[in-house]
Amino acid sequence: MSAQAEPVTFAFTPEYRARADKIIARYPKGRQQSALLPLLDLAQRQAGWIPRAAIEHIAEILEIAPMRVEEVVSFYTMFHGKAVGKHVVWLCTTTPCWLCGSDDIVARCKQVLGIELGETTPDGMFTLLETECLGACVNAPMVQIDDDYFEDLTPDSVQAVLEAYKRGETPKPGSQSGRHTSEPAGGATTLKSRSATR
Amino acid sequence: MPKLKVDGVEVEVPAGTTILQAAEVAGAEIPRFCYHERLSIAGNCRMCLVEVEKSPTPVSSCAMPVGEGMVVHTQSANAKKARAGVMEFLLIHHPLDCPICDQGGECDLQDQAMAFGFDRGRYREAKRAVSEKHMGPLVKTIMTRCIHCTRCIRFATEVAGVPELGAVNRGEHMEITSYLERAITSELSGNVIDLCPVGALTSGPYAFTARPWELRKTESIDVMDAVGSNIRIDARGNEVMRVLPRLNEDINEEWISDKTRFACDGLRRQRLDRPYVRRNGKLEPATWQEAFNAIAARVERTSGGKIAAIAGDQADAEAMIALKDLLAALGSSHIDCRQDGAKLDPRARGSYLFNTTIAGIEQADACLIIGADVRHEAPIINARLRKRWLRGGFAVGVIGPRLDLTYKFDWLGEGTRTLEDLATGRHPFAETLKNAKKPMLILGQGALRRADGARVLGLARRIAENGGLVREDWNGFNVLHTAAGRVGGLDLGFVPGPGGKDVADILDAAGKGEIEIVYLLAADEIDTKKLGKAFVIYQGHHGDRGAHRADVVLPGAAYTEKSAT
Repeated sequence: MSAQAEPVTFAFTPEYRARADKIIARYPKGRQQSALLPLLDLAQRQAGWIPRAAIEHIAEILEIAPMRVEEVVSFYTMFHGKAVGKHVVWLCTTTPCWLCGSDDIVARCKQVLGIELGETTPDGMFTLLETECLGACVNAPMVQIDDDYFEDLTPDSVQAVLEAYKRGETPKPGSQSGRHTSEPAGGATTLKSRSATR
Repeated sequence: MPKLKVDGVEVEVPAGTTILQAAEVAGAEIPRFCYHERLSIAGNCRMCLVEVEKSPTPVSSCAMPVGEGMVVHTQSANAKKARAGVMEFLLIHHPLDCPICDQGGECDLQDQAMAFGFDRGRYREAKRAVSEKHMGPLVKTIMTRCIHCTRCIRFATEVAGVPELGAVNRGEHMEITSYLERAITSELSGNVIDLCPVGALTSGPYAFTARPWELRKTESIDVMDAVGSNIRIDARGNEVMRVLPRLNEDINEEWISDKTRFACDGLRRQRLDRPYVRRNGKLEPATWQEAFNAIAARVERTSGGKIAAIAGDQADAEAMIALKDLLAALGSSHIDCRQDGAKLDPRARGSYLFNTTIAGIEQADACLIIGADVRHEAPIINARLRKRWLRGGFAVGVIGPRLDLTYKFDWLGEGTRTLEDLATGRHPFAETLKNAKKPMLILGQGALRRADGARVLGLARRIAENGGLVREDWNGFNVLHTAAGRVGGLDLGFVPGPGGKDVADILDAAGKGEIEIVYLLAADEIDTKKLGKAFVIYQGHHGDRGAHRADVVLPGAAYTEKSAT
């Protein structure tokens, strides 16, 4: 596992800082701490995760105690308090996905990446994490990679997605079985004729 | 004012009162862990559940304001069942290691489990264990015992003003910790030990030394600073095991500073337990008679004008008046209780008191702090200032070092020039004081100890007069002392009489040989090297600087061992 060391310093790049300022300006004066969640998101987008230095940087910007930031970072699973790979693969294993075969998806991901859940590949490309329901049960089983959902997976299709990421491509998110969003898997069953009513 | 019924008793309470508070008025006892009347309401332990008619679920009484016509049952079958259920949940992950827990015997969880819990648990699965946390040498942590009431977090954030404690992770994985497990940087940190309803935060120095039922409890007053916090001294046999706060709304509420709480370990070390007499340049144990003989022999051949006495910071009033009478009988007027040379004027009592009173701070709406590190000199008073500041509408100005006082203030400057500007009204903060309804100022010893301390005192007085700080109905002039015995000494007139020398002059004269006998009443905070060849009598309880220099040492009792004022 490529354990990335805690950087000594962290500061928003000018571009991110501008976005942060814009977000902070949305809140009334004295209520800047409301911008905590979006700022943490920005920091994670910039650094890939939220190092200690980022916690302190944001605490300083918002004039709150670092402990208050730390609490929030550790509360939400979507914030990474430890270094993660370039792509974070969230495997859903909650009941609907599990019933639709998420065990096989997990097994294939482990096999393709050669790591266990919670680990990061030695090249720092992928981190494999388990998650509870992400609310896409209609298209179970599914995984979330970075900001995208990949649905209706089979072991082969999830492997194809991962291989594409490995090649540096950006695979098309959504259903991998070819169906349109969450329409019935076997094709439309109702409202088939345009002239049914009126 | 809404009227409601609690267990059949009708009470009328102000709007906004919680059910729990109303129940207390009605005389019904509701168990609680997270609720504390001096902290914000969290409502997360669920132990205070009660049944409210027309409410489909039990209600947590600490967080629910009363409503007109509410009918509350604290002893109904449903309320009891709800609380027993909560207790069962709380105990799921509690280690039940009471036999090796320092909280045992004074534990809220123990008591409430006995009173409100089931007689057994149904949980058979693995319990969770929490890795050890570090909060410094004073607060010992066994976080597996924690029930996550968050009292410590709220205390640190609200009362102590050091938002360093927090809860990381969530749900079953929630843990209380300090940021990066650093030690808490508060002078009030020991209070979380009292606040913790279980044995998660206990006293480090007191660990495994005593059980509460073995201790003899004596109510007393603290002498570590000049606040006079009300304390309870717990002793086993002749040994002081710990010091705890006692409730006094006018002074310390229910907090004490860490110094007050933890200084008692020093009572066992380096004590003067017998008289000593210096023979051939070495202090040797002696009998009382030998010691008195040595003193008498020396005093007999010394005229009164060559004898001086200095009283220490913790000297009690009885001892000081006895020493004052002794020196007067010997014909000396060289006495002083102002070891640090603070230019306090003993003639006007109002000029050296904390006139506003500590509780009075809460009525003030502006405060000027001059040369005082209130946070470290009197943490309890600083907590009161912070409490007032949190309520809003409290302008604080500081002249002197720029310190972290746990609340925001205007730093006006350093030195007497700023003070002069304020006295003449040139400084904008003078306007703030003038416009305030109840302005106050706190004058620290740091400012009075200076060579120009008398001038500082005079300027402060002018600020008080010009700013309307002293009126018939309000006295906003305060001197913050650091020595517990100082006001007593000034009240008793333990200051140079006509033609008498103050501490600096006594030391000078002793160095020159003009003063031949110096009587130190537990006075250690002076430069003993300056005493020259003087014959030094030290009366006190610790082998500190004064005793090391002494020619005769008379052992005395410390503040925990005697009745005094």
